[in-house]
Amino acid sequence: MVTWVFLAAAAVAVVFACLAVVVRNPILNVLSLVIVFFAMAAIFALLGMDFLAAIQVIVYSGAILVLFLFVVMLLNIPRLGRLGSGRPFQALLGSLLAAFLGGLLLAAAALLPAGLGAVLPGAAAGGTAVPIGRALISSHLFVFEFITLLLAAAIVGAVYLGERELQ
Amino acid sequence: MTAELVPIPFTWVLALSAVLFAIGTLGVMLRRNAIAIFLSLEVMLNSANLAFAAFAYRFGAVHVAAAAALDGQIFIFFVIAVAAAEATVGLALFIALYRLRETIDVDRFNILRW
Repeated sequence: MVTWVFLAAAAVAVVFACLAVVVRNPILNVLSLVIVFFAMAAIFALLGMDFLAAIQVIVYSGAILVLFLFVVMLLNIPRLGRLGSGRPFQALLGSLLAAFLGGLLLAAAALLPAGLGAVLPGAAAGGTAVPIGRALISSHLFVFEFITLLLAAAIVGAVYLGERELQ
Repeated sequence: MTAELVPIPFTWVLALSAVLFAIGTLGVMLRRNAIAIFLSLEVMLNSANLAFAAFAYRFGAVHVAAAAALDGQIFIFFVIAVAAAEATVGLALFIALYRLRETIDVDRFNILRW
């Protein structure tokens, strides 16, 4: 049962990722990506990472992709050109590079000794939010504070870029 | 409490991450619209997240490395936070560029080229 759910979520993720790259309507691209991220949230949940599944839906699909959608609608983007149109040589090189990288990673995955995983020990009782939250404010405190600094800097930068006319 | 086994080989998750990474690379290489490139970049970032998840899932099964499994999930959390910051600044940049040139076709922006 769990295996079939995983396979279905993986198939949905791959198909809609292809659509997100190939389709020429930018709004449909963003909406297909929303479905990809929901499928990935399902996979996170299957692997016992309930906190990450929630974060994936709330932050990625809910905040980041809605921001993308706002910008796509704000900028009145015309229909995209056909994938790799106009530059056949560079399109060929890019496709070869993508196939090479994908093949390399697949080969690496195939060479690793296969094994089952497990949900985090002790996480089954209360979810992973508690251990992750504890680790964030104890062993990973510096990185956590650094992320808050990064987000503040990103807000300031976005306001600055959005307000000012570039010369 | 013993770890609950989930009957999915972790290499499957890794293979899915590889396929998504290739699709994202294809989009970054072949698209010319900056927003479409950025969307493909998000696919690549998420495939990296999936690889983190695969290894965290695998090392959760090895009892000694339970802390490593938690570290993998915390890394995904940080990647999502950085992706949020990156999307904010990148999209603000695209809006500023659109005001300048009325387009966000990356082929039209060569002012940094010598």
